[in-house]
Amino acid sequence: MLAQIKKKIKSSEIYKSIFRHGYEDTQRNRALMVVDNVFLHLHPVRVSRHAVNYGYTWGMGGISFLLFIILTITGVILMFYYRPAAEYAYEDMKYLMNDVPFGALIRNMHRWSAHLMVITVMLHMFRVFLTGSYKPPRQFNWVIGVILLLLTFLLSFTGYLLPWDQLAIWAVTVGTNMARATPFLGHQGPFGPELGMRPDNDIRFLLLGGTQVGPPALLRFYVLHCIFLPLVTAIFLAVHFWRVRKDGGISGPVPKKI
Amino acid sequence: MHNLLKILGNPDNFPIIILLFTVYGFFIYAMKKAKRNDERGVPYEADESDKVQVWPYLVRVEFIAAVAVMAFVLVWSIAFDAPLEEPANPTLTPNPSKAPWYFLGLQEMLVYFDPWIAGVLLPTLIIIGLMAIPYIDINPKGNGYYTFKERKWAITIFAFGFLVLWVLLIFVGTFFRGPGWNFFWPWEEWDPHKVVAITNVDLTELFGIPTHNPDGTLNPVASVLGGVFVIGYYAVLMPLGWFLLKKKLPDFAEKFGLTRYIITSYLLLTMIALPIKMILRWTLNVKYVWVTPWFNV
Repeated sequence: MLAQIKKKIKSSEIYKSIFRHGYEDTQRNRALMVVDNVFLHLHPVRVSRHAVNYGYTWGMGGISFLLFIILTITGVILMFYYRPAAEYAYEDMKYLMNDVPFGALIRNMHRWSAHLMVITVMLHMFRVFLTGSYKPPRQFNWVIGVILLLLTFLLSFTGYLLPWDQLAIWAVTVGTNMARATPFLGHQGPFGPELGMRPDNDIRFLLLGGTQVGPPALLRFYVLHCIFLPLVTAIFLAVHFWRVRKDGGISGPVPKKI
Repeated sequence: MHNLLKILGNPDNFPIIILLFTVYGFFIYAMKKAKRNDERGVPYEADESDKVQVWPYLVRVEFIAAVAVMAFVLVWSIAFDAPLEEPANPTLTPNPSKAPWYFLGLQEMLVYFDPWIAGVLLPTLIIIGLMAIPYIDINPKGNGYYTFKERKWAITIFAFGFLVLWVLLIFVGTFFRGPGWNFFWPWEEWDPHKVVAITNVDLTELFGIPTHNPDGTLNPVASVLGGVFVIGYYAVLMPLGWFLLKKKLPDFAEKFGLTRYIITSYLLLTMIALPIKMILRWTLNVKYVWVTPWFNV
């Protein structure tokens, strides 16, 4: 009875139009599984055996991307409960941690995944260096990778301010105080004062929207964190992955000449 | 001991523990693989260059890794709450104020350099230097497999920069820095009233040339001498390295080219300048090498 229903569903036009083919264990069908799937077709149909060996890749690039997805999803959920205004931000955090169902869990996942992503991105870079994978033809993809590392730091750093607690405001104060010392563009940097830089018109003022980490800085960091930087990162990720494919997939030793 | 437990118990410091174990663990693991490959002559990776189908062989690994990571993050998030301290208060500065952990290496550099170097110039050069790596490492060997023998210099320099100057300084910033950014052993109680005698002198003062005149104005002789030290560091060592390279490895110098050499040696000397300044501080209490009216080095 059940088997009959299953067969009927599987042979229906609706099912076939969605899934197109079953899990038949043939070479052709395995290839179709990858090519016909919008998510999997990021992959080639076949890869060299050492490329699936996690002892070689450590899996850190893929894990970084997974964490980016986890962060996007948990981040969107957090945005439902959070208002980036100084008078609400901290109260919203309290509400989120204590009253929203699973609110604390979502926030914890967002924070710990963010920390983890910084680590996995650094490890990915380290692995790529140790296997010499930045060598031709992959030189420029390494450069894109460095930009992605920088974007990861910036994403993490802008998110650090949003809880609007003592930890957030002072960690970001320490970080952004560096901008005061920018040569030519900061009011305490070399040749800054000579060029007319003051606390209320230098590069740090541009970053914070004020002379100290205040409500305008909170809004700026929020917009950067939730919209601008994720968009830029997604674009660079697309280029990064695309180039991995175009450069012949995961790096490996040149096949021996026969 | 109480303080060490407090640092270790801070949930925001847990990532640093993961970082230390994974980074150094992976390095040892990679070097073991490199040694195996080097002894064999042909990398083991070459044995596995035959093709397998992505479905199921790669998708399977990705799926298991994804489940494992998500389970790990979930358990971590259930076990430890992300910190939420008192509301932001611009009038109440905590001591110490620490940057996020991944920037603690930069904050640690502030001990040795002024903010315009430690906070702006060196981070910019780190990014530029990283981007330049594929273009200044012209060694075609070691592409796509673990090796040490074929890339001794590249791996040594990168490992020094990453494992020592980046990761180790993060470790120091977390475990060894307390109120006033003073040095504390991890098991030592943080005493906010710890008095550290400021005995730092400028390098020129070690040669008996005071940086400032008795009336407080800058001593131009000291300023010029400091400039000679800093500019001389580059102006002497860069050409010296080039001539040595041309003499000892003429073929390599030819292939490497002068432009690439200038960029590489500048980045390298700047990187080495950090440990040099650290050692100068520890041994001779040197504050500045070069004092000018506009900036200090």
